[in-house]
Amino acid sequence: MPPRNTDAAGPGDAGGSPSPESAGTTPEAPEGAAADTAAEKGVSTQKGAAPEGAPAAELPHGAAPGIRFEKVVKRFGSNVVLRELDFTVEPGERVTLIGPSGSGKTTILRLLMTLETLDEGLIWIGDETLWHMERGGRRVPANQKHLHEMRKQVGMVFQQFNLFPNMNVLRNLTEGPVRVLGVPKDEAVERARGLLDMVGLSDKENAHPTQLSGGQQQRVAIARALAMQPRVLLLDEVTSALDPELVVGVQDLLRDIARQSDLTMLCVTHEMNFARDISNRVLMFDQGQIVEEGPPDQIFGEPSEQRTRDFLQAVLAS
Amino acid sequence: MSWDWQYSGEILPDLLRGLRYTVIATLAGYVIAIVLGLVWTLLRRTPSRVFNQVIRWVTEFIRSTPLIPQLYFVFFVLPAWGITIGSLTAGIITLGIHYSTYTAEVYRAGIADVPKGQWEACTALNLPRSRVWLDVILPQAIRRVIPTLGNYLIAMFKDSPMLLAINVAELLFSAYKVGSQSLQFLEPITMVGLLFVVVSVISSILVRRLERRYATT
Repeated sequence: MPPRNTDAAGPGDAGGSPSPESAGTTPEAPEGAAADTAAEKGVSTQKGAAPEGAPAAELPHGAAPGIRFEKVVKRFGSNVVLRELDFTVEPGERVTLIGPSGSGKTTILRLLMTLETLDEGLIWIGDETLWHMERGGRRVPANQKHLHEMRKQVGMVFQQFNLFPNMNVLRNLTEGPVRVLGVPKDEAVERARGLLDMVGLSDKENAHPTQLSGGQQQRVAIARALAMQPRVLLLDEVTSALDPELVVGVQDLLRDIARQSDLTMLCVTHEMNFARDISNRVLMFDQGQIVEEGPPDQIFGEPSEQRTRDFLQAVLAS
Repeated sequence: MSWDWQYSGEILPDLLRGLRYTVIATLAGYVIAIVLGLVWTLLRRTPSRVFNQVIRWVTEFIRSTPLIPQLYFVFFVLPAWGITIGSLTAGIITLGIHYSTYTAEVYRAGIADVPKGQWEACTALNLPRSRVWLDVILPQAIRRVIPTLGNYLIAMFKDSPMLLAINVAELLFSAYKVGSQSLQFLEPITMVGLLFVVVSVISSILVRRLERRYATT
């Protein structure tokens, strides 16, 4: 059974906003680093752009779909990455996937973005299957048109940013809306400027990606994903390629987006404090299956599985 | 045997007329080569396996056979099948097709060099196929291969004297003609070499300038 769309999944209503204590004790956000990031953001910072907690106009709003994996199998050659995986993400829920490398968590995001093909099972987005469609009452493999329609709901931010280096920042943000959604050029530019303002890079609209720092590039990439007005946002180790001092700025931005939107978010990260802040639920993966799941405080505080404890210890040691 | 300056001056107009044909043949052939090369590369990426293999072997065949037999084929064999073309046109077409099989490889390498993440970003943004190619992949791929494509222009220029095999009145042909009239070959042939050097140096400066312009942005 597919997860149902709910009309008003309020932003962070299921405890999505981070508790003040956890934000205060975040060891990776010392005063100095926060000041650096504010400086790097330029004149308009996110904090000033919109009042805390109020939905920002630039962020997509509307019914976010849920996601459901049913007996999903993914193989690379003889290597089985996902073995009959089942899990559900509620509409508007923020879920973080953790686990050792090769445990299949990135593959889950890539399947949802159709960057990998599905071998077996079903993936539901809202009440439709991503990789299959109905034809004469039968379920058949999806064609390009179906995939194109389904992808409109999903946006992804990559570890390596993947901005288009041959276009300036503004064009990176308008290319999709103009070419795919058919938004008129002027409107797309206006919305892109709004998003750049939100990510604190209004002054960079004519810059080329190569002229930006990693943190700035990633914030442009986030804006580019949001410009397509997705209902589901996939974050694939978005701070892993950044210099340590740039991580906080990107994380702060994503926290704000999580707080101010009702996107369904799936996040793969090794930053446990970020995971704790952003997510309603944490799934611990190992060898293509879920080992343990629960609210972040439980998984990070008192994990019940030995494998989770070992993994968290290894991450903290690194 | 000593250099005859007066004779050199007399034959220079003939040689420059020849050079004009050399340059025309090279430039026109180059346009064919860079356009057709891209066509080969894109055709090789169509979903049909059989079609790809056919394109692959056709281009492989053209690349692996020498230019002069190809010129003979176009100029002497095709008329037997009712296709008659002038010698300059035949030369341009043959030169263009021959070099298109090289530029096809250049484009292929340039496209392969575009990071996988660019394709993935295109999928994530849901861009249609045509936009992926026109807006993202080709601009990046072509920028990467501009230096190599420029080198092929110079290589083609240096191969253009082979057109004398089908009587195109290009530079070497003109030099040969004036030389055989006076039986003095030192001056015309030396001047051919010098003219080739001058044009090659000028074009490599232009190519380098182009390269620099695309490398910075």
